Amino acid sequence: MSESINNAAKPVLQLRQINKNFPGVKALQQAQLSLYAGEVHALLGENGAGKSTLVKVMTGVLQKDGGELLLDSTALSFATPKDAQQAGISTVYQEVNLLPNLSVAHNLFLGSEPKRFGLIDKKAMAHQARQLLSSFGLDINVTAPLSEFSVAVQQLVAIARGIAPKRGAARTKVLVLDEPTASLDADEVQTLFQVLRQLKQQGVAIVFITHFLDQVYQISDRITVMRNGCFVGEYQTAQLNKAELIAAMLGKELSQQRHQTPCLAVEHSEAILSARQLSSGQSVQQLDLDLPQGQAVGLAGLLGSGRTEICRLLFGLDQADGGTLSFAGSPIKLSNPAHAIALGIALCPEDRKTQGMIAALSIRENISLALQAKQGWWRVLSKKKQQQLADFYIEKLQIATPDADKPIGQLSGGNQQKVILARWLAVEPQLLLLDEPTRGIDIGAHAEILQLIRQLCQQGMSLLVTSSELEELTAFSSKIVVMRDRKKVAELSGEDLNPDRIMAAIAGASV
Amino acid sequence: MTSEATVLNSTHSDPLKADQLKAARQARYSPGQSAHKFSLYLYPLVALALLLLVNVLLDPQFFSLQWQDGRLYGPLIDILNRSAPVALLAIGMSLVIATGGIDLSVGAVMAICGAVCANLLLLGDWSFPAVIGLAVLTGLACGLVNGFMVSYLGIQPIVATLVLMVAGRGVAQLLNQGQIVTFQNPDFAALGSGSFLGLPVPVWLVLLALLIMQLLLRRTALGLFIEAVGCNAKASRYLGIDDRGIKLTVYLLAGGCAALAGIIATADIQGSDANNAGLWLELDAILAVVIGGAALTGGRFSLPRAVIGVLIIQTLSTTIVVSGLPSKFNLLIKALVILLVLMLQSELFRNQLKSLLSFGKARGGKV
Repeated sequence: MSESINNAAKPVLQLRQINKNFPGVKALQQAQLSLYAGEVHALLGENGAGKSTLVKVMTGVLQKDGGELLLDSTALSFATPKDAQQAGISTVYQEVNLLPNLSVAHNLFLGSEPKRFGLIDKKAMAHQARQLLSSFGLDINVTAPLSEFSVAVQQLVAIARGIAPKRGAARTKVLVLDEPTASLDADEVQTLFQVLRQLKQQGVAIVFITHFLDQVYQISDRITVMRNGCFVGEYQTAQLNKAELIAAMLGKELSQQRHQTPCLAVEHSEAILSARQLSSGQSVQQLDLDLPQGQAVGLAGLLGSGRTEICRLLFGLDQADGGTLSFAGSPIKLSNPAHAIALGIALCPEDRKTQGMIAALSIRENISLALQAKQGWWRVLSKKKQQQLADFYIEKLQIATPDADKPIGQLSGGNQQKVILARWLAVEPQLLLLDEPTRGIDIGAHAEILQLIRQLCQQGMSLLVTSSELEELTAFSSKIVVMRDRKKVAELSGEDLNPDRIMAAIAGASV
Repeated sequence: MTSEATVLNSTHSDPLKADQLKAARQARYSPGQSAHKFSLYLYPLVALALLLLVNVLLDPQFFSLQWQDGRLYGPLIDILNRSAPVALLAIGMSLVIATGGIDLSVGAVMAICGAVCANLLLLGDWSFPAVIGLAVLTGLACGLVNGFMVSYLGIQPIVATLVLMVAGRGVAQLLNQGQIVTFQNPDFAALGSGSFLGLPVPVWLVLLALLIMQLLLRRTALGLFIEAVGCNAKASRYLGIDDRGIKLTVYLLAGGCAALAGIIATADIQGSDANNAGLWLELDAILAVVIGGAALTGGRFSLPRAVIGVLIIQTLSTTIVVSGLPSKFNLLIKALVILLVLMLQSELFRNQLKSLLSFGKARGGKV
């Protein structure tokens, strides 16, 4: 089974000239992909390039409008995801699709549990689950509910479920991983990669979709790049350097956005917001913070260090129980978001899906809602005014959509984020809090959002930006506040604004 | 993730693409959008038309209208007139359902408001507007109780309104002291059986309520806020929308609508029957909203479509009577026809029907 990658060998799965149309959009045009047994194949492209659509065609979620799909040289078409699974194509989606309240073993064998006298044989199921997971180097209590384990373990369980033998189905030949590392830390990524290498040796062809280019170079053998729903090229990973790869993905050389000077429209400007000894229960402790006007301040720290909690506190979502807060020179006490918005504070929240967008409403409505809420329900923004706002920001932020009436839920991640940003820009806040504004979006949109942050500073807006990407923070911050265990541990500026210094501050003396 | 075929940056380097994009944007309401909106109205209207057609086949006189004593008579007018209480309930229910909630208490609220009217009229020293005003205030108060339980106490809507559904009828019985309270008041009775410009007064009341509500919801941002809260309450709060206040408001409005329905029902029989007034009508109202194409999970709503849903239900009841079938078949037939209407509206079912029709072809393409 372990054939080496060899262009003479027949690909296990081949997609040729796949077309897929949605109303108003050609999602895939002549897209192609060849997978060989025993390779990790990175499928790359910006958000909206058509990767997910191609995967959905491959896994039977969507039906292709044209082209052919060859599995072991036989032309097939999958009417349902189940058909694809039966044929040996398994998928693990970005969001773990498991049942957190059931045990690990149950999750692994859901729908194909080992039976005894017609009832589920729990003992056998636990045994098989342990065997399966131990082949992944995972030794956990398989009878405990899945929710008790870290996201990384859950991700591994999802993959194990993907390749677990199923009743009446062919052996897994192709495994598709859609952004499997998005919620994993560095160690967990390495564990995952070990498992992938094992699967590779067993002759499984793995499709690996990610935004992390470093990981592409670590694990993948070959790369297929897509852009605008079209196939751009297929490369050997070892023969393609990063700059070439980015150029292929963007269709142009990415101007190096990094390491620019911080934006300082106004030198030594007044603080628009100052907090003194601000506390809120256990989530933020004795915070001193000054946000100068016309500057972007970075907020760094690990997940759970209190970054998001600060944003919530400054937006009135949580209430302070100690310390003082002043905004534009006068003391304030924020009781709810509406209050914060009325004062001129806006928050672009961390979780776009649950806290940001209203998926079923149109782009136009999503953009105008915050302004409408600020004005009050009785002073309606006319449809014409809404349309003007939407058109203006679609143009300004280059939101890729055929029209403003498209539901925001149907846009790609980067475009959704831009709509949420547009919503707050329409309110014209004095202080904009951005909590992880670039998470899960593609390089192009990423660069554009960094550019926008700089522009807004120059226009005199103050920003507080949270990010896990330290290099990104140094690209625009005039100073960076570092959080650890709910407390501010450092405030870096000037010479200290580099990823190494931030990293050292995050790690602290204890490490 | 979806399928935006346009990568942002490439709009610079690719003028052709940018032009296409702009042209697409200028065609503001793309055919896809308006076609979708059209189909939302299409299925309920087709169902209504088919039912009317069946009626006319059963009874050739079905569409006939007579002018008598300054008002129109005929089966169609009957349907409109009889629809009035449920139509009012459905208007309120649409809003509650749009926030992802449900109000089971509206039938009982009708009974309470009816009892309030009947008892005040019996006392005799209350003016006509005062009686109406107090009845409506009673309905609003009931809505306030529901809304407070749902939005500020965090009780599940179905449970919170179940409380008033049961207790409300008890309150009405207490008000009536266990009797059916009748009254003689021609002014008030006209609200149920009178006519204005040829149409029954209840029909006018529904039209008036529909108009006022449409203005209130669509000429302000209230309707949009209700939809936003229904789609994603958390994101709405992050937007500065008072999601609890919005939820409270919809129950309040539903209570007000129920009060109007209760007034019509009481005026119609010139009495208040606490046991039977508005009995099970909340279910008809919910059904009408669903037939109108709303999702119980919340989100978009349309008052006109809910009213079309009410007309379908009422026409169906009339059809069963007209058909001359024994009345014991009524409920079963009603259920079956409604099931059919709902299945027609289900996109999943339509697709399954389509794939069933082209079964052979699909099978041939597969290995």
